[in-house]
Amino acid sequence: MRTSSESERPGGGTPLLEVSDLTVHHGQLRALDAISLKVYPGEVYAIIGANGAGKSTLLRTIAGLHHPTTGRVLLDAADVTDLRPERRARQGIVMVPEGRRLFGSLSVEENLKVGATYARPGPWTIERVYETFDWMRGRRNQRTEQLSGGEQQTVAIGRALVANPRVLLLDELSLGLAPVIVQRIYGMLPQILATGLTVLLVEQDVSQALRVASRLQCLLEGQTTLEGTPADVTAEQVEAAYFGLATAASLPSEGSESSWPG
Amino acid sequence: MSVVAQADTVAADAFQVTRSRQNVIWTGVAALAVVVLLALFPYLVYSGTTSLMVQGFIVLTLASMWNLLAGYAGLVSVGQQGFLGLGAYFVLIFALHGLSPFVALPLAAIGCGVAALPLWWLVSRLRSGYFAIATWVLAATLMLFIERFNSLGGGTGLPLPGFTGMSPRLLTADTYWAGLAVTVAALLTVYVLLRSRVGLVLTAIRDDEVAARSSGARVGLARLLVFVVAGIGCGAAGAVLAISQLQVQPSADFSISWTAEMAFAVIIGGLGTIEGPIIGTVVYMVLQQTLQNFNAWYLIILGLVAIVVALFARRGLWGLVDSRLNIRLFPVGYWLRSAWTGGAPVGGAPLGGAPVGAGPVDSGPVGSGTNPV
Amino acid sequence: MAWVNAIIQGVLTGGLYALFACGLSLMFGVMKVVNLAHGDLAVVAGYVGVFIITVTHIPVLWSFLIVVPVMAVVGYALQRTLIQSALNRSVLTTLIVTLGLSMVIENGLLQFFTANSRGIGAGLTLVTGSFSLGSQVELPYLLLLIFAVAVAVLLGMQWFLSRSSYGRLVRAVADDQEAAQLSGADYRHVFGIAAAIALGTVALGGLAFGMYSTLDPTAGTDTILLFAFVAVVIGGLGSLWGTLLGGIVLGVAQQIGAQINISDELLAGYLIFLVVLVLRPQGLVSRRART
Repeated sequence: MRTSSESERPGGGTPLLEVSDLTVHHGQLRALDAISLKVYPGEVYAIIGANGAGKSTLLRTIAGLHHPTTGRVLLDAADVTDLRPERRARQGIVMVPEGRRLFGSLSVEENLKVGATYARPGPWTIERVYETFDWMRGRRNQRTEQLSGGEQQTVAIGRALVANPRVLLLDELSLGLAPVIVQRIYGMLPQILATGLTVLLVEQDVSQALRVASRLQCLLEGQTTLEGTPADVTAEQVEAAYFGLATAASLPSEGSESSWPG
Repeated sequence: MSVVAQADTVAADAFQVTRSRQNVIWTGVAALAVVVLLALFPYLVYSGTTSLMVQGFIVLTLASMWNLLAGYAGLVSVGQQGFLGLGAYFVLIFALHGLSPFVALPLAAIGCGVAALPLWWLVSRLRSGYFAIATWVLAATLMLFIERFNSLGGGTGLPLPGFTGMSPRLLTADTYWAGLAVTVAALLTVYVLLRSRVGLVLTAIRDDEVAARSSGARVGLARLLVFVVAGIGCGAAGAVLAISQLQVQPSADFSISWTAEMAFAVIIGGLGTIEGPIIGTVVYMVLQQTLQNFNAWYLIILGLVAIVVALFARRGLWGLVDSRLNIRLFPVGYWLRSAWTGGAPVGGAPLGGAPVGAGPVDSGPVGSGTNPV
Repeated sequence: MAWVNAIIQGVLTGGLYALFACGLSLMFGVMKVVNLAHGDLAVVAGYVGVFIITVTHIPVLWSFLIVVPVMAVVGYALQRTLIQSALNRSVLTTLIVTLGLSMVIENGLLQFFTANSRGIGAGLTLVTGSFSLGSQVELPYLLLLIFAVAVAVLLGMQWFLSRSSYGRLVRAVADDQEAAQLSGADYRHVFGIAAAIALGTVALGGLAFGMYSTLDPTAGTDTILLFAFVAVVIGGLGSLWGTLLGGIVLGVAQQIGAQINISDELLAGYLIFLVVLVLRPQGLVSRRART
């Protein structure tokens, strides 16, 4: 069910990241079906949806790890669809992948240094990451495979930040982490955003997504079922879009996804 | 939701799963005819030709075994020459104790199968590339070990006893029939194995090992079985070799060139198909005969061709034929028949029946040799 | 005392074997490739060395300075073209392609240089001379030098991997290729660097082998590749210093075998390999000690 809502930001301007009519296949399976979105500088755009909806595929395609069947990815109006992932990273599309994916045998500091190898000029340095996440400095020579899930997630974010991205892609930050940790990590987001980053994030945890996003889109089986701002959409609309129900009222309410601030 | 339910019932009526196509009957008859014709060769052709054919039989047996290992079980062995030599020496040992080498042949094959068990235990934990070299080390070790025994000829080998009193014509004929029998047995074994449940496990391993394991398939056991079968097959080939050479010689019987020959016959013919090794052996023998005056050149060319084929024509010569004509001489997969196209398997657009594991979109056979490693 | 001599000899030969092995270990650790032509490329380096020395008459050790960098570049090119294409298809393809390469190289050498073996620097004091400790123990200059070079190479590799920015990338790519891409690293280039190091070191090993023993077309597979592999497995997959330890164990085993029965030298080495495989398949040095 689609709720038509403004998908363009009032005022226009060039989107920093644009995805246009993106269709992606995994073999014979169509994972994404003509998805479009525009992310403007400085905003936080959230993609929500259930498992298998295609959210991570979308992010991975934007990062360059998947090649779309049709459609385009544009960075600041430049077509990057045919660029290899490392080229896109160097141009400023930096992803924090699902499951952290740190370099396990490398230390915290080495992970950050790898992230900084092909960094663009900008405010983020390894020093600044240590200032932002104060526990890290003391543990910087520890191998990341020995860290806890939450710690690994912050190192992964740090690794992306030191590259001074133009668009930061966050793939399922909450996956595999305790809710308390998730809260803490998302709580740091404003600090990170204060430097003027643009963020496109993918989240299964709808309440977190709605808390931080300026605009959002919901995917179901590779298609867009809802677009808008958190203020515009109601709980029922999100539930319907998430599960793809003809009418949300026909099902007993599960409740777990329904608790978000008004 | 209702649309999906309707589609289900339509699907159930419209599709039919069959084991083989009609041509397998014809293939079976043709194969039988070929075997009978080949069996008559000693009466029809000169001994030079039958000797050449025995060489071909050895290579074909080795190639089908290597194909089983690499193309289906995902085991690249660079040490099958160990079983070859072992088979040859088993025959020698039995012959030294008075047995006729021809009687010793099946015993040698079984002996190699038994020997394969501890050898598998030694190398099975290693991963692909290291597994390959480990098999090689095993073969080299076997050779060095056997060479210590002067009673077996030490480093130079021994002539094979047990042929006294046989007329040369009979000997060549018997050797030829032994070779033919071993080859036919090898091909039949491979065919039966792949059509069985083990074969299904093997094809699953070949397509996606992780998925195969997680679906509960007994991957380790299937691989062990394949290794043992390959040991038996290569051992039998080694026995034929000893008989055809009338001697055993460690450096020749354990030579790494055997691996090169069987590997390249398989690659060129088509890895992961039963027909491939046959074609590959033919090509290999032709190349060898035409280029043998040029010594090392034919091996250089063979190596280059193998590289090119592995990179650009992954399914070998048979793959090129197969993809055009959709023929399976040895059907080991399943066909999905659609009522909508009047019962003939479709070679064009898929009808929703995806092959077991990953597979190309545009061919009919399901779960068979359409997607070699 | 002949035993002491044998053991010392075995330990020192371990250095040579470490040179054979460290490249193999690196390539497997970084890109999961076993290059079956690894040994043959060392022999090629040896032959090129022989060729250069024969034609230009420069001092033997100078030829090393030319051959090793050239082979490193060849390694990079080979990786970016042939091996990467094979890798893109499957692990099986890399084995087949490198097996084919091995065949082509060996038979090419056979065709152009015949099966006669060649040596490097025969007659030099470096090759024939030795220290004498007491009356029974001989320390050959050449083996000492090779051992020292091997240790230096391993130290260099360790420094490279743990301290340099490219070395960090190599380790990162080895851990997680995709994540490295997301951090801006072109993994194909990094693979190329690893291959360049691998071929450079094995070229050094091949030249050293040409001095210590003799080179012939089949030495690449018969000797170098097998010994490299055995050293890696004994030492432990993924451990750089493990290749030295593995080489030493192999060398000592071989010498002990030779003391027992001169023709058992090779067999003793392979038997040690089998013993380690049975008793401690992960190798003597556990993975955590990896630099």
